[in-house]
Amino acid sequence: MVEFATRTLPLSGFHGGSSVASLTPAAPAQRVSLRARPEDVAALSAALGLPLPTSAKTSASAGQRTALWLGPDEWLVIDEGEGGLMAALETSGALHAATDVSHRNTAVVISGPGASKTLNGGCPLDLSRKAFPVGACARTLFGKIEVVVLRTGETEFRMEFWRSFSDYAFGLLAEAAEDAAI
Amino acid sequence: MTKKSFRIKGAGRLTPARTARFTFDGKTYTAYEGDTVASALLANGVHLMGRSFKYHRARGVLSAGAEEPNALIDVARDAARRQPNVRASVQEVFDGAIIQSQNRWPTLAFDTGAINNLLSPFFAAGFYYKTFMWPKEAWAKLYEPIIRRAAGLGVAPKEDDPDHYANRFAHCDVLVAGAGVAGLTAALSAAETGAEVILVDERADVGGALLFDTSTMIDGKPGYDWAQDVLGRLKAMANVTVLTRTTAFGYYTHNFIGLAERVTDHLPRPGKNLPRERLWQVRAKKVIMATGAIERHMVFANNDRPGIMLASAARTYLNHYGVAVGEKIGVYTAHDSAYEAAIDLKHAGVEIAAIVDCRANPGEAVVSAARALGIEVLTGHCVLDTSGRLRVSSMTVSPNGGDAKRRIAIDALLMSGGWTPSVHLFSQSRGKLKFDKANDRFLPDIHVQQGVSIGACNGTDDLSALLAEAAAAGGGTLSVSGSSAYGWTGGMIGAAEGAGKDTVVKAFVDFQHDVTAKDIRLAVREGMHSIEHIKRFTTNGMASDQGKLSNMHGLAIAAEVLGKEIPQVGLTTFRAPYTPVSYGTLIAHSRGDLFDPARKTPLHGELVKEGAEFEDVGNWKRAWYFPRRGEDMHQAVNRECRTARETAGIFDASTLGKIEVVGPDAAKFLNLLYTNAWDTLKPGKCRYGIMTREDGFIYDDGVVGRLAEDRFHVTTTTGGAPRVLAHMEDYLQTEFPDLKVWLTSTTEQWAVIAVQGPKARDIIAPLVEGLDLSTEAFPHMSVAECTVMGVPARLFRVSFTGEIGFEINVPADYGASVWKAIWERGQALGACLYGTETMHVLRAEKGYLIVGQDTDGTVTPDDAGYGWAVSKKKPDFVGIRGLKRPDLIRDNRKQLVGLLTKDPTEVLEEGGQIVADPNQPKPMTMLGHVTSAYWSENLGRSIAIALVAGGRAKMGETLYVPMKDKTIAVEVTDMVFFDKDGGRIHG
Repeated sequence: MVEFATRTLPLSGFHGGSSVASLTPAAPAQRVSLRARPEDVAALSAALGLPLPTSAKTSASAGQRTALWLGPDEWLVIDEGEGGLMAALETSGALHAATDVSHRNTAVVISGPGASKTLNGGCPLDLSRKAFPVGACARTLFGKIEVVVLRTGETEFRMEFWRSFSDYAFGLLAEAAEDAAI
Repeated sequence: MTKKSFRIKGAGRLTPARTARFTFDGKTYTAYEGDTVASALLANGVHLMGRSFKYHRARGVLSAGAEEPNALIDVARDAARRQPNVRASVQEVFDGAIIQSQNRWPTLAFDTGAINNLLSPFFAAGFYYKTFMWPKEAWAKLYEPIIRRAAGLGVAPKEDDPDHYANRFAHCDVLVAGAGVAGLTAALSAAETGAEVILVDERADVGGALLFDTSTMIDGKPGYDWAQDVLGRLKAMANVTVLTRTTAFGYYTHNFIGLAERVTDHLPRPGKNLPRERLWQVRAKKVIMATGAIERHMVFANNDRPGIMLASAARTYLNHYGVAVGEKIGVYTAHDSAYEAAIDLKHAGVEIAAIVDCRANPGEAVVSAARALGIEVLTGHCVLDTSGRLRVSSMTVSPNGGDAKRRIAIDALLMSGGWTPSVHLFSQSRGKLKFDKANDRFLPDIHVQQGVSIGACNGTDDLSALLAEAAAAGGGTLSVSGSSAYGWTGGMIGAAEGAGKDTVVKAFVDFQHDVTAKDIRLAVREGMHSIEHIKRFTTNGMASDQGKLSNMHGLAIAAEVLGKEIPQVGLTTFRAPYTPVSYGTLIAHSRGDLFDPARKTPLHGELVKEGAEFEDVGNWKRAWYFPRRGEDMHQAVNRECRTARETAGIFDASTLGKIEVVGPDAAKFLNLLYTNAWDTLKPGKCRYGIMTREDGFIYDDGVVGRLAEDRFHVTTTTGGAPRVLAHMEDYLQTEFPDLKVWLTSTTEQWAVIAVQGPKARDIIAPLVEGLDLSTEAFPHMSVAECTVMGVPARLFRVSFTGEIGFEINVPADYGASVWKAIWERGQALGACLYGTETMHVLRAEKGYLIVGQDTDGTVTPDDAGYGWAVSKKKPDFVGIRGLKRPDLIRDNRKQLVGLLTKDPTEVLEEGGQIVADPNQPKPMTMLGHVTSAYWSENLGRSIAIALVAGGRAKMGETLYVPMKDKTIAVEVTDMVFFDKDGGRIHG
């Protein structure tokens, strides 16, 4: 009888934040790195049940799925529900490359009135509501690491990064959240 | 003796009720809250605040701001919180501050270094360049250590800095640098349009010149009060950020501005949560430079004694801090503004000895006002010299060009040579300056970025014009009116009377570096005709001055000797930072654990539990070896090496770079990127691949598994992962954009557990479902998708040890759990955990290459003995042409071979050079070097890999590795030391 493997989340046990920005590890999610040419976007959108965004710094959501534009032929698709992304894409019949990166990435949700200030402790982007409205996303830098930032609410962001950078990402977020509260 | 106070009742804006105590060179003083160290010391009658850099001359505070060259002090809270070279005119006093003077020994008043002043004829400009030329050997041993000890101001603290620093990126529509009249007006004008505005000022208070200029009225109010009102309005607006004690220190490309905000340096007991300083990196749509102007000193003999200062500084100390800088004060000026200082002081009850004005016709209004107050005004006169050892005691006055000398007793002397617009930020933005000949000043001409200069830094002198200019720059419709008591005229640059061409007096141009007018003339005479050369030869305007005080004077003196117009001599570059910025601020959060990311594998926690020692590989923390109780590294590695071959070893290989190559053209793409052929690889199989650069040299290697027709799992070296992906993307996007294939990094998607050794299969078999692990069904170099402990996994039958081996890839979150189960089974079967050191030894025993260790960017596949991995049939791949270059196919290239020491217990040193004739005199002919060397416990002897010229033709020959204390004889062998027929891998 084979015992079943259990999950150990890269950010388990991490907690932090300040009076103006809470830092919460995001729940596990299915993530797919999706690559495709423009002519196949429609078929893939239909298969995923959401319109894949086609302009920079935008995302599209439907239900528990969100597709983030990362490049002219590249999306990060996140499913926080049942998953099934790879299978859904398979049904599209369209030429594409889908790679499961569910465990490659992990994410922190930064929430509160000081959320953008916290991110701006390490992220050089203009995160004002005007330049970076709800739904805006970008692959950018946070300190010395590459991250993907998605604005999920007026005062809430999701920051995705590779799991080995958890200590660094959370450590810098924690310092920045403290500073944002001053 | 009672301490005399120089506070003037009713003057200044500080509150006597709120005091702070501090020490200066061990003596306790009382300050008012809001005092700078300079104003507090002056209030106590202390002018002597420092010693000059070269001659150790006694110096007092010259200014009341950031341009201070003399009063550089050491400010401390405790032993670790200590900062040298702080300007006393900027540092605010806090209760308990420990202030020390610098550059003196044993005391500030009696400094033995002052002998340099007497020896000054030997320390002329260029002294170092001329004196320490020979003998050559003396430089490193003698001159440099002595100069280094004597050089530099202040002493850096040795303790770790216990403070922390913060960083903030920000964007705004308008950034206003400087909160004087112009900056405040522009900021308010912009803010009223709804623009996002950031207003910064280096001082604690806004107002700029209004801090001292009490005769200016704006919107019907005294200027300073108006400034505080505007500040209040700005602070109440949600779209405005006001940062005081914040210096805009650098203006970089695309309107990128660096700000240093000093958060706690003025606080007696700063909260632990507060960063000491905060770096702001601001991208502004528009930058409004309202940086004001800096008053110049007069260049005359002995113009540097304590008590001699800028007129505006004395006026600031009086009108803002309520301090009189003396009791009998002289004024030497070329500009009307100094009269107002004298008038203010006179009104405050201070005696003005005389106003000496080098001009025959100063502004009539100020002259009559001064005379009406009973002040003696000597127009067309000059100050020829001063006296006083630690404080100025007299000035010698003479009519211009005349012989009559009159000595006037004074205890302070105010100077004004006029005003130099602060064009530092503008120049940093690469803006072009123009010379305003009428006023002897450089002004902003062409802005090359989205910026605008307003107010005094733009040469706009008239208050009404300035207010209009500032309001317009803000973009709003704000209308502000103001009036000044006097219009100002005058100004001069260069040496004053008595310090001119044929004189040898010490008339200082740059106080901080002890550069005199004479030094600049000497530099020109010695052939320095460019202002950039003059600057470097004399050090004029270098270090923290950056041209604030010395620039225009130095330029004028040089121009005079050269007989050129000032614009022809040019202007030196204003470099960022405007004022010094702490390293702590620049690195901000990047300290300690956040200095650089330490990447940890999904198995890290398990490795720690098992007592692993770690080594850094790139940013990764990798398990190095697993010492048991009482074992040293050598013993642990020997045990791990033995156990892996006898039973099995378990290894965390998660850091291996992984790239998923997906698409119908995946095989075609890999054919182009690797030297091997990939279209012949069947799904379910793996192949070792070598990647060369265009030049034909090995770039990376790794095993590639084909999962499906259109999907490959590529592995790279740990260190090579990011650059290999970038290299592949580069070629895909630029050379092969038509290929239907995409690349995704999956390094971190998978936890990789390598199980190697005769019992590897026994260990993993019970955990694997859906796969026959027998050699027949799943031979060496196979890959399959299966289930491990209920988790979808990718299983590779590969080996980097020469033993039967598996690499289990499971989604990273499951890694720790699977590792624990495997280790539990491994322990039961006698296996061990091993780290990177054992991995290195085991692979060397088999002669497997490590790219970056055995290769160095000049090694071809054939050099490495991997010629078989280069396809002879493929029409193209990256490196195919490079490999055909004559030098890459010539004989006698350095080739990788094995080396066995004649003494089997001798382990070679990696990097050791190899020669054929150990007795050849130096320089010896070096054939190559040792790339890998280990003790092999399994072979009971040392082994090594080396790059040797023509190595493969030297099999069996004896070569030598000369070391410092001995020469080691070695035999050239092939690279496979263990299990030469390779049978074990297929077991």
